Amino acid sequence: MINFQQNHFDLFGLQPRFHLDLAELEQAYRGIQSRVHPDKFVHASDAERRASMQSATQVNEAYRTLKGPLARARYLLALHHVDVQSESNTAMPSEFLLEQMQWRESVEEAADRPDELAALALRLGREMQEHYSQLERHLDREGDFAHAADSVRKLMFLERLGEEISDALERSEA
Amino acid sequence: MSLLQISEPGLSSEPHQHRLAVGIDLGTTNSLVATVRSGIAVVLNDAEGRPLLPSIVRYFPGGKTAVGYPAQKDLARDPRNTIVSVKRFMGRGLKDVAYAENCPYDFLDSPGMVQLRTCAGVRSPVEISAEILRALRERAEGSLGGELVGAVITVPAYFDDAQRQATKDAARLAGLNVLRLLNEPTAAAIAYGLDNAAEGVYAVFDLGGGTFDISILRLSKGVFEVLSTNGDASLGGDDFDHRVFCWIVEQARPAPLSDEDTRLLLTEAREAKEHLTYHTEARITARLGTGELVDSTLQQKIFTEVTRTLVQKTIAPVKKALRDAGLSVEDVNGVVMVGGATRMPQIQQAVAELFKQAPLNNLDPDKVVALGAAIQADVLAGNRAAGDDWLLLDVIPLSLGLETMGGLVERVIPRNSTIPIAKAQEFTTFKDGQTAMAIHVVQGERELVSDCRSLARFELRGIPPMVAGAARIRVTFQVDADGLLSVSAREATTGVESSIVVKPSYGLSDAQIAQMLQDSVAHSGEDAQARALNEQRVEARRMLEAATAAIEADADLLTPGELSDIRLALDTLDAAALGSDRRAIMAALERVNKITEPFASRRMNRLIHRALSGKKLEDMKI
Repeated sequence: MINFQQNHFDLFGLQPRFHLDLAELEQAYRGIQSRVHPDKFVHASDAERRASMQSATQVNEAYRTLKGPLARARYLLALHHVDVQSESNTAMPSEFLLEQMQWRESVEEAADRPDELAALALRLGREMQEHYSQLERHLDREGDFAHAADSVRKLMFLERLGEEISDALERSEA
Repeated sequence: MSLLQISEPGLSSEPHQHRLAVGIDLGTTNSLVATVRSGIAVVLNDAEGRPLLPSIVRYFPGGKTAVGYPAQKDLARDPRNTIVSVKRFMGRGLKDVAYAENCPYDFLDSPGMVQLRTCAGVRSPVEISAEILRALRERAEGSLGGELVGAVITVPAYFDDAQRQATKDAARLAGLNVLRLLNEPTAAAIAYGLDNAAEGVYAVFDLGGGTFDISILRLSKGVFEVLSTNGDASLGGDDFDHRVFCWIVEQARPAPLSDEDTRLLLTEAREAKEHLTYHTEARITARLGTGELVDSTLQQKIFTEVTRTLVQKTIAPVKKALRDAGLSVEDVNGVVMVGGATRMPQIQQAVAELFKQAPLNNLDPDKVVALGAAIQADVLAGNRAAGDDWLLLDVIPLSLGLETMGGLVERVIPRNSTIPIAKAQEFTTFKDGQTAMAIHVVQGERELVSDCRSLARFELRGIPPMVAGAARIRVTFQVDADGLLSVSAREATTGVESSIVVKPSYGLSDAQIAQMLQDSVAHSGEDAQARALNEQRVEARRMLEAATAAIEADADLLTPGELSDIRLALDTLDAAALGSDRRAIMAALERVNKITEPFASRRMNRLIHRALSGKKLEDMKI
């Protein structure tokens, strides 16, 4: 019997690894959702409708967590009791922080030029991809959670940067 | 019986009676009701064979009403008591209503939602919309020859929580059981998806009378997945009318206009706009109350010019929706056009340029939403065999957040999250001995609380006095499959858990709904008591059927003790439903719900388990 307290990977019948077949995840997600979704319980009792909403909510949350690579990595680390300490541990390598400042300057300079912003977004995407490759090695092959946590912290910076570029793009189009 | 739908593949459902269910497009300008008959979605016409019901309600002294065409006839004669475009006021305060100063109504700004003073008394937009819904319900019941099990009602995807809640309240007031609130673009996609057997990514561009929505959907076998949605809840065909109206006034420079003349010229403006869809110019002539003659000719070129900024306002939401979906224009396989306002040539052209392809127009843009809603209602009513139905995954259009220090918003649920969704947030006290805490829930994308829509303010009380920072208050936000929010909170450190459920403050309380129901029933000559008793009996029967089927399928999940407890509660309910004590039925229902809760969640777990083992079996075959 599946227990909701158990982890998101088990819920979808997947191995708890960073590398993931998204098509397989999607298929499992849809398979479960097409059984528990509230649309299937429109005429059921209140108790069943409530249970259906709670299940569908949990399945959505699990899917969202596993679908995104950063959320998935953080979740895997949490399963291994590794806290990425996103709030307290902001002591990043100075080299990385310097890069971040340069990135931000570039974004500011490109503020009114959607084409340049789009190019920056592309470059950022490539850089993040490199970090994800490292992350996969740390998590799936080496079991090196300390270095994985480092990569996650860096990626969190980069993801926020991505959001800033996205916001700037939105403003430049408005 | 929907529970049979979830039986294992291969086990056929028992044949059951076709349930009467409808889809309703509650539009700004016009409303429609549709149903699925012999497998085909059809719009239900009125007695004169007209598919549309103008969304217009006229009030008479004493409380009588006229809805639709009869009300439209009186529009210029009695503008103050003849309400058009009421959808624009749903869940809105006076300051949120665009061009309120051009409306000939006597607005009453009340907390949460604006109200209108009519000759029949003060009416809320919920009550006015309920009149329209009631007319559609009567049309459907007359045409289908029986009581409806429920309706799917469409709302603009970009409607916020207040607007959705208001729509659901209106349906309840009109005596409709809401199977689901469905986003209009999603409904349109369902109608198109089935007719064209489409697969791939589709954009639905929906410009109605008062709202603009853009949704990006992925259609694949058996699943409609909304990837993102965006829009403008106050942009629609009405705004184009208004621009033309302003142009007329600028040309003719008449003396200050009376309410009647304003309404007359707005109608002329709308007719000119519609004429320009098929002609290069439109002549506008009107004799005003003052005797002045208005006579102008509007060229299509000028029409395009004066409405250019309105067309441009649709571009940014489209780009945002694509970005949120992680897609670009090239990924879109087709663009579906919905809403009468998309007939305007400048809109067709702008969409074609933006998406680099000709938009799809093969379904009537006025009917496509109602047809899709009817098809979804048919599925939800359980009229389709398992395997012939589909899964619809929709999203919440606007982020939900909380007010933090300095009037800033902390985002709790980001926009375009698949619903249902829940998020919990932990809070603590900042003063020693603090026993209460104020929580303010807002919706919107802006950073400042004052730029977002305020959904609910509530106080958590009864926090045990502790030193600052020691209390742990967990607030949970739950958004259900209709996109409606509920908030609950509990303090968990002391073992004393207090739990509350908050209904957003603009929503009507159950007592208000009951009062409105009583009022409306008094006018229609129905017996309120009889209707309430009947509703409880229907609910009891539904529950008995559902629980019996559940036990038949999964009794092995219960201990003998649990099973006999449930059976006892069901017998009590059965007996109560035969009597005429409404409260006894309610109490028995409550009891059954409570006692079957663990059973319900065990059944849900079993379903998940089976979904997975089904998948494993498929893998093994390969």
